[in-house]
Amino acid sequence: MKQSNLQKCLWLAMVGVAGLYSCKPKGTQSAVSGNAASKVYVAPGKYDEFYNFVSGGFSGQMSVYGLPSGRLFRVIPVFSVDPEKGYGYSEETKAMLNTSHGFVPWDDLHHIALSETDGVQDGRWAFANGNNTPRLARVDLKTFRTAEILEIPNSAGNHSSPFITENSEYIVAGTRFSVPVGDNLDVPIETYKQNFKGTVSFVAVDKTSGKMNIAFQVLTPGINFDLARAGKGKSHGWFFFSCYNSEKANTLLEVNASQKDKDFIMCVNWKKAEEYMAAGKAMKKSVKYAHNTYDESKHMATSTIENEVMVLDPKDCPGMVYFMPCPKSPHGCDTDPTGEYIVGSGKLAATIPVFSFTKIQTAIAAKNFDGEYDGIPVLKYDAVLHGEVQKPGLGPLHTEFDANGNAYTSFFVSSEIVKWNVQSLKVLDRVPTYYSIGHLCIPGGPTKKPWGKYVIAYNKITKDRYLPTGPELAQSAQLYDISGEKMKLLLDFPTIGEPHYAEAIPAELIMKNSQKIYKIEENQNPWAAKGDNYARVERKGNEVHVYATSIRSHFTPDNIEGVRLGDIVYFHVTNLEQDWDVPHGFAVKGANNAELLIMPGETQTLAWKPDRIGVFPMYCTDFCSALHQEMQGYIRVSPAGSNVPLTFSTGKTAPAITEKKDSVTRK
Amino acid sequence: MKSYQLSSIVLLIASMLFISCKEGVKKDTKPVDVQELTKDQAETHGTELKEGDITLSTPLDQTKVAAGKSTYEVKCQSCHRLTEEKLVGPGWKDVTKRRQSTWIMNMITNVEMMLETDPEAQKLLEQCMVRMPNQNITRDQAREVLEYMRSNDGEK
Repeated sequence: MKQSNLQKCLWLAMVGVAGLYSCKPKGTQSAVSGNAASKVYVAPGKYDEFYNFVSGGFSGQMSVYGLPSGRLFRVIPVFSVDPEKGYGYSEETKAMLNTSHGFVPWDDLHHIALSETDGVQDGRWAFANGNNTPRLARVDLKTFRTAEILEIPNSAGNHSSPFITENSEYIVAGTRFSVPVGDNLDVPIETYKQNFKGTVSFVAVDKTSGKMNIAFQVLTPGINFDLARAGKGKSHGWFFFSCYNSEKANTLLEVNASQKDKDFIMCVNWKKAEEYMAAGKAMKKSVKYAHNTYDESKHMATSTIENEVMVLDPKDCPGMVYFMPCPKSPHGCDTDPTGEYIVGSGKLAATIPVFSFTKIQTAIAAKNFDGEYDGIPVLKYDAVLHGEVQKPGLGPLHTEFDANGNAYTSFFVSSEIVKWNVQSLKVLDRVPTYYSIGHLCIPGGPTKKPWGKYVIAYNKITKDRYLPTGPELAQSAQLYDISGEKMKLLLDFPTIGEPHYAEAIPAELIMKNSQKIYKIEENQNPWAAKGDNYARVERKGNEVHVYATSIRSHFTPDNIEGVRLGDIVYFHVTNLEQDWDVPHGFAVKGANNAELLIMPGETQTLAWKPDRIGVFPMYCTDFCSALHQEMQGYIRVSPAGSNVPLTFSTGKTAPAITEKKDSVTRK
Repeated sequence: MKSYQLSSIVLLIASMLFISCKEGVKKDTKPVDVQELTKDQAETHGTELKEGDITLSTPLDQTKVAAGKSTYEVKCQSCHRLTEEKLVGPGWKDVTKRRQSTWIMNMITNVEMMLETDPEAQKLLEQCMVRMPNQNITRDQAREVLEYMRSNDGEK
């Protein structure tokens, strides 16, 4: 995308005026004041203050950065296979990516929701949405691994998700695309208005295990859901969803879904929905979706196909759903820390409307409606409005908050962050971003207790910010100091995939729980070899199961014979180490999948189908000791029907005489 | 580090853009001790055992011998044979005759400390070239392993 003329003007103006006032000349490196480097410098061996969990967009993964340094610590595989970690390749992890469509090895991860207790981040889980094949994931922040993936039925593009309530009661999944739902699915696309419906799912999160379960879905008119936020404090019990395409266009949405002056924010009273559920108002719908969980003691994922979901139709449930007019295709609809204000960010609007929860309640009580939309009451705009931020910038997208009553809104078109006061609606400050910011993130920014200190811009366009790397460039994140009155750019750092939403949380809340090893005594993997006495090779028909152990620096067994062409070999490798940061890898020549990366105390399995006769090397891929290079072995593959006996060993050297005999007979 | 104590005002389209070059608020720096924060975790490092911390008695406690054997099979056997044969580490035959009980227990529960401070342990590292791993064995489990070693060395 081209840098807009607006931006060019901006820079010309800045260079000119800044020069006059003898600040440093401003290029694209501008706006960095003298002490920026010291504010982001985390000395070697020192820790960052915050973890930043960043969506990986079309990479399908979640990345973990430190703030303020911007250092990348980890890429957590979530919706996409990761050969580096064997995720989606090992027999134990394949089931994580199962769906009603079968194995889906990729998705588009857009948003993060960190678990909360009493409206404050508690550091237990990070939830994420899969936008393409609708899914939700839960990452366990003890292990930084994906613990659960839940497919969402009656949905097409899980964009308005995950977003979380203040006690992690629910995360939500609003469909981006409305689609035909029910029995009649094969309909002409042009019958959109008659046949297409939307849904938002409320997914309950178990208080202790974190396990997800679709509590109910709300059937909605055939519009598109973009983002969402839970109410908090006084608005706890409500959920707000931004909607676009109230025109119900099914083609050229760029034009056809931008006709109306106002779309909606949909307000759902989920406490009321719970009452209707209890009163039996929900319809049981027959669907098909996968629910995958990773068992930490078995080190194995299982996938279950579920067949039912409960659906609430607003026409049977008065008082559960209201629409609130919001200008021009709103993207963000963000609740402030008090829960009183809901900020709508109409992508194409010239103002930012701020709604008042108190006024919403009053308007509902007084039935102060502006008609209905598909049978759902539409609240009067003026009746629920706290006020509008005037001329804030172009293309408002998303808003987060600090602890001092201020809001920070990202502006895609004018490429800036604007700070404004929620009460007074006055613009206080603005800083440019490089370039075209999407979401932004303040540590604790979506919660009742913002930690503040920084705002991070996740930009859509990088252009000239880094050394060029061909047509595809790293995506850029930018860190700004917000501890003073004025925002200050401190740092650029590149990200993986395309970052959409992110959350940041104080390091202390995570690091104290970070798991170091898996206890070998607790390993319940059915294929584990807990000690060399259990290391063995067994044949079951054409399957050869190798139960191997690994420890610095050898495999047991490391010499295997008796495999025949046509066999499938399963290497079940147990890492016997109990020391932090000593994983072992496992790779075998010609494997059509990936490596294994086995954590201390864990068992993982690689399936290998040899395609030719010969002796194949296998080795440890993760540097483990001074003798890591020696951590290797062989597996011999003989022709089909061969009578080479199945044997295995480690450290066994053939006696000299046998070797001689052997060489004679082989002549 | 230099700071530029001035500010400039830029008129931009319809809005005001403020660029401040002043020093920001100092960030508070509190040191974080990751060992302290994670000390309750599964991977443990024991405290050093001194002479006299361990009492040996005869006859051997057969319950301890059996428990020590099962720990050995899961956590030690990959590298240590019960014979004199050196595999990755030394064979265990006669280890209780060569080494003090406290030395053995410290090697099992405190290997990092031993490799840093104990000349005998350092000598072994030079021979074996693989650092003996911390296998997350508690002091009680290590005591059982010691009992199993004594049994392996022929004590009754």
